[in-house]
Amino acid sequence: MSLFNIFDIAGSGMSAQSLRLNTTASNLANANSVSSSVDQTYRARSPVFSAVLDNAQQGYQQGGVKVNGIVESQAPVRAEYNPSHPMANADGYIFHSNVDSIAEMANMMSASRSYQNNVEIANTSKQLLLRTLQLGQ
Amino acid sequence: MPINFDSALGIHQDAVRIRSQRAELLASNMANADTPNYKARDIDFASAMKMAASGQNSAGIKTTHSNHITSSSNGLMASPAVQYRTAMQDSLDGNTVDEQIEQAQFMQNAVQYQASLSFLSGKFKSLLTAIKGE
Repeated sequence: MSLFNIFDIAGSGMSAQSLRLNTTASNLANANSVSSSVDQTYRARSPVFSAVLDNAQQGYQQGGVKVNGIVESQAPVRAEYNPSHPMANADGYIFHSNVDSIAEMANMMSASRSYQNNVEIANTSKQLLLRTLQLGQ
Repeated sequence: MPINFDSALGIHQDAVRIRSQRAELLASNMANADTPNYKARDIDFASAMKMAASGQNSAGIKTTHSNHITSSSNGLMASPAVQYRTAMQDSLDGNTVDEQIEQAQFMQNAVQYQASLSFLSGKFKSLLTAIKGE
């Protein structure tokens, strides 16, 4: 029954979007993190999604989404000359994270909308299945 | 007069099956709304129904090797009914899912599924009336 697969598909969508929300929350929380060296600086993270098309044997391909991995932004980190800062290095520099707060906010909105869409799909499928169970009564 | 379920239920059983497959495909599109290079797909209901009515569920591809993917009974992959959607607005990451369109199509499909269910329900009620003879 195809409708049962929708719970898996919508569920994979929800978990992928909630992981995206997680990374966004992590990025926003670290938006003002500073460090003493470029290597230790927090870099914005984002998940990479890919489609799951592994049930070709069923005849037609469709499937959920999976998270392939989490990549760190390669944008340059901002250095600031601030010798009085407790984290300043020998040259007096501190390094700010490369999180773009506005982009992260937009990302958060997009993730939460996509999550809601998947919830809606699962809800509708549940109603359809319940209606199907009552068939002929 | 013998009661034949296939002829009594008519086209509605095929309609319900294709509607549920379409719902699955649309859900898959929605789940992959943010996947780079994912191409949205949909079932052309008219041609899927035509194929169901003629008793042909797939394009009828012959398998000549054990590793060939067989088109199973509900095999729609090889069927011309599953088609890629033409994007209204292309996105840079190659994704062609438009969430609004998918959402609207899913709702439409859900209502039509329920309509088919109502028809089927009516058929069953008629059969029950015929059986009871009241």
